[in-house]
Amino acid sequence: MATVSVPAEGARGGLLRRPTATTGFWSWITTVDHKRIGILYGITAFAFFLIGGIEALFIRLQLAQPDGKILSASTYNEFFTMHGVTMIFLVVMPLSAAFFNYFIPLQIGARDVAFPRLNAFTYWAFLAGGLFIYSGFFLGGAPNGGWFGYAPLSTVEPGNNMLFYALGLLMTGIASTASAMNLAVTIINMRAPGMTMFRMPVFMWMALVVQLLLAFALPIITVGLFQMLFDRRFGTHFFDPAAGGDPVLWQHMFWLFGHPEVYILILPAMGIVSEVLPVFARKPLFGYEFVVFSGIAIGFIGFGVWAHHMFAVGLGPVANTAFGISTLIIAVPTGVKIFNWLGTLWKGDIRFTTPMLFAVAFIGQFVVGGLSGVTHAVVPADYQQTDTYYVVAHFHYVLFGGAIFGLFAGVYYWWPKVFGRMLNERVGKLNFWLMVIGFNLTFGPMHILGLQGMPRRIQSYPATLGLGIWNMVATIGAFLIATSVLIFLLNAIASFRRPRDAAADPWDARTLEWSVSSPPPPYNFEEIPVVHSLDELWHRKYAETEGGVVVPVPAGGAGTDPAHGGSGAGPEGHGAGGHAIHLPGPSYFPAVAALGLPLIGYGVIFHLWMAVAGAVVLLAGVYGWAIEPASE
Amino acid sequence: MESVHTFESEHEATSTGLPNTKLAMWLFLASDCLLFGALISTYVLYRGASLVGPYPSEVFDIPYTSVSSFVLLASSLTMVLALAAIQRGEMGRMRVWLLATGLLGMTFVGGQVYEFTTFYREGLTLSTNLFGTTFYVLTGFHGTHVGVGVLMLLSLVAMSFTGRITPRDTMAVELVGLYWHFVDIVWIVIFTVVYLIPTGK
Amino acid sequence: MPLRRLSRTLLEAVALIALVVLAAACAPNATQDTLKPAGPYAERIDNLFRPVFWIATAVFVVVEGLLLYLVVRYRHRKGRREIPPQVHGNQRLEIAWTIVPAIILVGVAIPTVSGIYALAAKPSGQVLEVNVIGHQWWWEFDYPDLDVNTANVLHIPVGEPVYASLCAAGTGYKGVTAPNACQEAGSYGNVGDDVIHSFWVPRLAGKQDVVPGRTNHLVLQADRPGTYTGQCAEFCGLSHAYMRLEVVAQTPSDFEAWVRQQQADAVTPPQGSLAATGLNEFLNGACIGCHAIQGPKVNDQPLTQPGGPNLTHLMSRDCFAGCIFATNRANLERWMRDPPAVKPGSWMPDYGLSDQQVRALVAYLMTLK
Repeated sequence: MATVSVPAEGARGGLLRRPTATTGFWSWITTVDHKRIGILYGITAFAFFLIGGIEALFIRLQLAQPDGKILSASTYNEFFTMHGVTMIFLVVMPLSAAFFNYFIPLQIGARDVAFPRLNAFTYWAFLAGGLFIYSGFFLGGAPNGGWFGYAPLSTVEPGNNMLFYALGLLMTGIASTASAMNLAVTIINMRAPGMTMFRMPVFMWMALVVQLLLAFALPIITVGLFQMLFDRRFGTHFFDPAAGGDPVLWQHMFWLFGHPEVYILILPAMGIVSEVLPVFARKPLFGYEFVVFSGIAIGFIGFGVWAHHMFAVGLGPVANTAFGISTLIIAVPTGVKIFNWLGTLWKGDIRFTTPMLFAVAFIGQFVVGGLSGVTHAVVPADYQQTDTYYVVAHFHYVLFGGAIFGLFAGVYYWWPKVFGRMLNERVGKLNFWLMVIGFNLTFGPMHILGLQGMPRRIQSYPATLGLGIWNMVATIGAFLIATSVLIFLLNAIASFRRPRDAAADPWDARTLEWSVSSPPPPYNFEEIPVVHSLDELWHRKYAETEGGVVVPVPAGGAGTDPAHGGSGAGPEGHGAGGHAIHLPGPSYFPAVAALGLPLIGYGVIFHLWMAVAGAVVLLAGVYGWAIEPASE
Repeated sequence: MESVHTFESEHEATSTGLPNTKLAMWLFLASDCLLFGALISTYVLYRGASLVGPYPSEVFDIPYTSVSSFVLLASSLTMVLALAAIQRGEMGRMRVWLLATGLLGMTFVGGQVYEFTTFYREGLTLSTNLFGTTFYVLTGFHGTHVGVGVLMLLSLVAMSFTGRITPRDTMAVELVGLYWHFVDIVWIVIFTVVYLIPTGK
Repeated sequence: MPLRRLSRTLLEAVALIALVVLAAACAPNATQDTLKPAGPYAERIDNLFRPVFWIATAVFVVVEGLLLYLVVRYRHRKGRREIPPQVHGNQRLEIAWTIVPAIILVGVAIPTVSGIYALAAKPSGQVLEVNVIGHQWWWEFDYPDLDVNTANVLHIPVGEPVYASLCAAGTGYKGVTAPNACQEAGSYGNVGDDVIHSFWVPRLAGKQDVVPGRTNHLVLQADRPGTYTGQCAEFCGLSHAYMRLEVVAQTPSDFEAWVRQQQADAVTPPQGSLAATGLNEFLNGACIGCHAIQGPKVNDQPLTQPGGPNLTHLMSRDCFAGCIFATNRANLERWMRDPPAVKPGSWMPDYGLSDQQVRALVAYLMTLK
């Protein structure tokens, strides 16, 4: 066992005495351990998933029949806005961040991320932003201008609603930007010896592309949100046509971010699926390099298609042509991955565990979403499709049928590693089938609704349009989804009643995180592993004979014994056993600094002195953090 | 007294050979490029589109702004000298040059404050027209960046007095230097695009 | 055993999809159905969408079929212990399956681009020009060459392209900037004119946004007489769902008759009638602050209509208030009593009118045929 040192009680060096708790409430507030931060992200994201889901259920209840009367117009507008904001910024992104935070160091063979306190800060800033946006419900009105907040509606509509939107998203944007710096540097710079970029798991590649997308897209929406904030609060004219401003500028700002954002939303799930399929098909990912390059291509081209959300705005035939073509182009690297996944299944030995079921459904459903996306790229057709339920169908197929299903695959796959217990397989399968049926029942008919003339963002429709049947079907599907999520929750809670006895490698997997115990020790690896190939763990367990037959490597040699949870302890181990492993110490300051953000936000809306106070808190937190040594 | 080390100290091996902090700073600056890119694009887009005055040619004092631009440029030189000093272990010199950099930076910001109050008296506010809107927000963001830089510079000086910055901590000065040069380069772009390129009005 | 459930559920899914596709073709009452184009511009879109849809369906069948086949064929057989050969890829195959979709997409791109240009072009020859002005939450239609201004119901002649200029009237334009022709035609100067809308009549054309500060254009044409419904397709606030419209396509002679009727002044109600009382209420109350009626004068000045629909021929429109109510006495009275109660956010406030006033006003409105 390696000895771990954390800063001694009362150690000097910082403004405050260093926190020392390793268990209990305060240990979570001050943690800088990437694994705990990952769990915090995951639990918070899931809580928001439930809230966003309830908002969706209300929407579906309202639309189940013509001329619905369940919600008032203003509440409906708040609900559909918050449903979008929640699912995108407070669920899918943080859930992906949960996996990134937990597994990046483990998959690259590192002990933590590059900047552990910054990591903690990103979580607290995210939490602050999410709570801040939701506090709008109690402080005058939640955001109600749509998740896309088109000006001038978002800048002229009376009320503070869109101030909560702008300020809240600025906070979560700060969290994501900081996280992007941290995780990008981690992946680029902290890989274990021997792990070249092309020996990294695909999930790491997708994570890297996502961080770079975040780093370059978020600044643009930051500027846009400031412009919206200033138009509302300080009388500027960025989007004011009466002063010569152009409301379409907001759309450009928004979608220049918004389109890379959708790749930010889908690439993590694609990475997870690229991990899960090989494990349960018992063969490597087919065409690893192609999958990596297609991910990079998507990242680049993703910055060149933004105005395909604006085909009906009147940009002119030249712009519409250019963006129509670039959108058709991006379909290629996106589609190519599907074939790589199919190639992974081909001639495999497929075990239908719950994670595998979710991964396979991801493929099936993402294909549907991808194909409807291609029809959007046919610009004249998009003149009918845009702003209708056809688009709602499209993006739910890729974001729910795709991203959420992929993330659920990750949840079931990695649950034993994180919590040391397996989730129940039979309940998991029930969860899966209910979700698949519910999902397709909800969103399949929306393709038809859109083509039959149902626009988006309407709280009711007349009986004369013949839209009632499919809307009712969609509502029934939504309640099936809700049931399936409830079943997942029960599965999750029940798992904690079981003893923490999961094996280190219950799935016979391929990547390094399965070479350590479940859950991993705080320092991840006793010895930093030396890596010789892609799918390093697999190659420690199995070798190929000349005939290509795969045979297990005898245990006790240079290989790993998964049952004992240590990483490679042989001559390839990094350094001799017995030297102390230095871990970064816990810290108050990330949370303190993050606390400044909502203070600034409330100050901007209500009393400017509070904004000053918030800035002071933020500055104090940052100073305390800068002066405090990272580790003793 | 403990010195300020980052967790992954500059001497630990990294996959690229670059220290984590340096890589992070470059990435942050690349990201910040897009922030200013969006602000400058907005300014350029709305150039000439104001429906009422005052217009740029009516308020700009190019000689004045040239002087303050030169001040900021000079601060980059002093920054380089500060880094050279700590790399030679000359902490005293380093403090001098860091202070000089900070002072020049504050002079620049002070010059801008004076400039903006003049504009304000001439009738140009955030809400007067598109010029006021885009100009103040763009230069305001830049000025804030300069302000943060000055805070960092003065912090370095203070920390060197308390022994938190030792001759081993060249990375800290280098990083602040990178940031400072970035802010300077952005100003050169802003000065060129906003002040120097003539518009119809 | 998951396999049996898998194939059974997939069969159910396929059946559902088939039903769905059939139902789409058979939906009654589909006055906004994009798949039932009623004019050349909507048809052009439909003729592009359908083949692409079938190509997409073919790809769907192939890919999903392959997926199904693979998960069935290569599922784990009980007792099997060998690990499959660790195939890493096949470069030629991967290049092929990159190039083939690219070629298909090039094929799709060509008619796409020609479609973009065709739909953007202003038609030559006989064209009816209409200014479509978006308000919160109703549509204003102004025929510049015919001196007709109406709301919510757009009459067009069949067989003739209609070149619509789309604009938002906006506040504050007066005196600050010269409005363009579309804006000038509209009744601007009222709050609630500054947001983006989208003009959409699915059976006659694709949609095009109404953006404050710019004028967009859209061509629509109906081949057969009939009523085609549409609605605003860009979220514009509380009553976005209630910003509907109708397009009434008529034979050329019927259309001309309609134009002549719209050009006529409003009839003056007989003295002493309830309607005359209503006209008096109208001219002396808040109504003239927003609504114009061609005919009556106040201080010898015609009514100028800054902000609300022109009411001269209200009864010739079968719907009002953003086309959410049929134009009849009961609905008009309900509206008049408390507009925001029946239409969220309505800019026409509750004026606290007495029952007497409401009845008189509605009686007058009912004479505006």
